Amino acid sequence: MDTRGMRRGILPALVIVALAVAMGMVFFYAPVESEQGIVQKIFYVHVPLAWNAFLAFFLVFYHSFRYLTTRARKHDIRAHAAAGVGVFFTTLVLITGPIWAKPIWGIWWTWDARLTLTLVLWLIYVAYLMLRHYVDNPEKRATLAAVVGIIGFIDVPLVYFAIRWWRTQHPQPVIAGGEGSGLDPRMAATFWTCIVAFTLIFMWLYRSRVEVQELEDDCAALGGAAREGSA
Amino acid sequence: MLRAALTILWKDLKIEIRTKEAISAAFVFCVLTLVIFNFALDTNAEEARRLAAGFFWVAFAFSGVLALNRSFAIEKESGCARALMLAPIDRGAIYVGKFAANVIFMFLIELLVLPLFMIFFDVQVGSSIGWLLLIFFLGAVGFSSVGTLFSAVAANTRMRELLLPILLLPVTIPALIASVEATSWALGAPIEVSFWFKLLVVYDVVFVTACFLVFEFVLEE
Repeated sequence: MDTRGMRRGILPALVIVALAVAMGMVFFYAPVESEQGIVQKIFYVHVPLAWNAFLAFFLVFYHSFRYLTTRARKHDIRAHAAAGVGVFFTTLVLITGPIWAKPIWGIWWTWDARLTLTLVLWLIYVAYLMLRHYVDNPEKRATLAAVVGIIGFIDVPLVYFAIRWWRTQHPQPVIAGGEGSGLDPRMAATFWTCIVAFTLIFMWLYRSRVEVQELEDDCAALGGAAREGSA
Repeated sequence: MLRAALTILWKDLKIEIRTKEAISAAFVFCVLTLVIFNFALDTNAEEARRLAAGFFWVAFAFSGVLALNRSFAIEKESGCARALMLAPIDRGAIYVGKFAANVIFMFLIELLVLPLFMIFFDVQVGSSIGWLLLIFFLGAVGFSSVGTLFSAVAANTRMRELLLPILLLPVTIPALIASVEATSWALGAPIEVSFWFKLLVVYDVVFVTACFLVFEFVLEE
């Protein structure tokens, strides 16, 4: 087995082990939260997903920037892969968020800074993926997508500050305590294990998407060569 | 570079003066939005005054997209886009010229809608007109900075006009929030406004610079 094949086998194995350990800790090791009860367990999925989504969007920015400076196709492939997995994770964050919010805050949604930022990010990167879909020429697609990937990411801090300041001026439902406040050590250990597990899942999905795209490119190149040979 | 930018600006203004396409379409659309708001929300006079700034900027954001779409669609249709790329000028000059034209169009649309907006929502402008014009201008700059770039991006796709609002509106959210809040303040709402002016100026500076820098990539063939 070549090294690429080895790595391809190791990462999924790591993901399975890490996920099993993380879920075991969530349900059997971490104590049930005294006020929120069992619902609070969604925290161990929700927050790691959100962190990795942000990581993904940072990767989109980084590879978009690198694409415009180097014009190497690998950076376009990576930016696309990161955006795809990032949008998928953000969708999961937006689904798990309301499931957690409803029993705790009594509402599905509130225009809180972090929630709103997540929704805006989702909109920006869905638009990014749509743009890619509607450009046929690969080089043009890569360039236009890189431009949107950079502009979209620059927007993130501005959106965050705008929403945060907007929130202070508008009446909001009362939200008790930040989630980081006074975390039990067992909860903290579980949380960090979950972060590792979800980061591994992210890396696995990201690597897989990159590899699939590279294989498709190889196929297309072989197909082109074969056509030329027969002609 | 400045001369090239001014030439492009003048060309766009001349086209608009002769056809009046972008501004008239955007203006009618803006009026329609205000009318639909009126029926959809059925507000009383007091509520309407409170929500006026929001109505104004929503109507402006949607109609502004119409005008921005024209910005590069006409270049593509007439084949002028290729001529611009062949011209021995800095790509940045093309951005500056198109951007300046769009700022003027956006600002004109805002000025045209303002009297209607005062009549429909019974808003007293009076002494705050200077502040309002400043906010309109800063909002138009923010909206046109990304709008000009993304108009060029959208013109290069199969979806053309449909893609621009989807790309543009999420990115302009900070500028829109700041414009709405600053406008509310100018109309008499008790708001701590200095943050919103700072945000608008920061947004304008950041995106005019960033869009200017990346624009050259969009024009490649």
